[in-house]
Amino acid sequence: MTDSTNKSAVDNSRRDFLSKAAVAGTITIAPGVLLHRTAQASQSSGSHDEAVSSKNRWGMLIDTSKCANGCTACVDACNEENGLVGNGRPETDTQYIRKVTLKEKATGHETSLPLMCQHCETAPCADVCPTGASFVRADGIALVDKHICIGCRYCMMACPYKARSFVHEAVENQKLTAPRGKGTVESCTMCVTRVDNGGIPACVEACSAENHNALMFGDLNDPNSEISISLKERGGKQLRPDLALNTGVRYQGLNE
Amino acid sequence: MTRFLRQVAVLVYALFGLTLLSTSAMAETPFPTIDEPAGEAEKCIHPTDDMRRNHMNYILHERNETMYEGIRNEPESLANCIDCHVKPDDNGEIASIESREHFCNGCHQYTSVQIDCFQCHADRPQKYIERDKQTSSLRHNLQQALANNAGVNQ
Repeated sequence: MTDSTNKSAVDNSRRDFLSKAAVAGTITIAPGVLLHRTAQASQSSGSHDEAVSSKNRWGMLIDTSKCANGCTACVDACNEENGLVGNGRPETDTQYIRKVTLKEKATGHETSLPLMCQHCETAPCADVCPTGASFVRADGIALVDKHICIGCRYCMMACPYKARSFVHEAVENQKLTAPRGKGTVESCTMCVTRVDNGGIPACVEACSAENHNALMFGDLNDPNSEISISLKERGGKQLRPDLALNTGVRYQGLNE
Repeated sequence: MTRFLRQVAVLVYALFGLTLLSTSAMAETPFPTIDEPAGEAEKCIHPTDDMRRNHMNYILHERNETMYEGIRNEPESLANCIDCHVKPDDNGEIASIESREHFCNGCHQYTSVQIDCFQCHADRPQKYIERDKQTSSLRHNLQQALANNAGVNQ
């Protein structure tokens, strides 16, 4: 143990030296190239060579009045993006997004909405996880580290939104951006790879492509973002606000 | 003196026998060959002997940075290993991770080190998954069309 730690320390310092030497080399040999690269990096909004921080809080806003009953564009896009293939067993097949229809008994009014991981700030799944596999990233995205998930499914019990699924059967030919395998728990990742690369989640993209525009993605910490402005003007409800989870996913157009 | 010579002869025979045994044992488990990367990269990002000893540390370090900090452009990732080193054979087929022909499994089987990376991660580059998906759906459509035709003819 000590030996490997020491070795990695040595290797790291060597790598540091090499990278510094490389940087110095770049500056002296080709300053123009370096300047060009810096300019490029600052242009892209999602720079993925920097660690994520609480400067951002990624969130989604769902306008249920725009969500069409019977439309499953977001669910289909999610399944495609994450390579979620069912085994014909709806009780146990993985679902990141479920389309839920609410019916008000008195009036018969129906509301359709997508329900997925609500990306809570104080996430019950992370609270109960015995290995620390369930966690909330600094920028507010709730994830499962499947490397250390033991598949105990406590988080599935703890989640008030029934957002998590357990992989019961062996999986093959997974997507590069969505590794998943038997014996681990998973849920909506807010398309974390896309977000890290400056993109938007697949469901939001699909909803816009259908011209429904019921889903909006953005930074809740940025007061000038579209999502923050809409929330300020029109408000947005959390599901089960009584649990005080400070969810990252908010809903508009829901009746009390 | 003759006794001494006889002893030497016995020793030589014994050594010869041992060599034979060991070569036959080696023939059963051939030493894995490490293929040069395919594609744009001409050689690996680290020297072979460094990679042989330290690849697990490189990808573990990168794994945690990606998982918790969202840093996704480090060159030492499992996906990059797979992208360069896993390539189709002469028939265009990709060896699965179960097979000794797979880049990772060749050595791992030889050294009896079990890896579970590929229970979650794809064991081949994404482009080949897409390619095989297309061919299998084409094959499926063709089979269905043939079956329909057979039904019509009957």
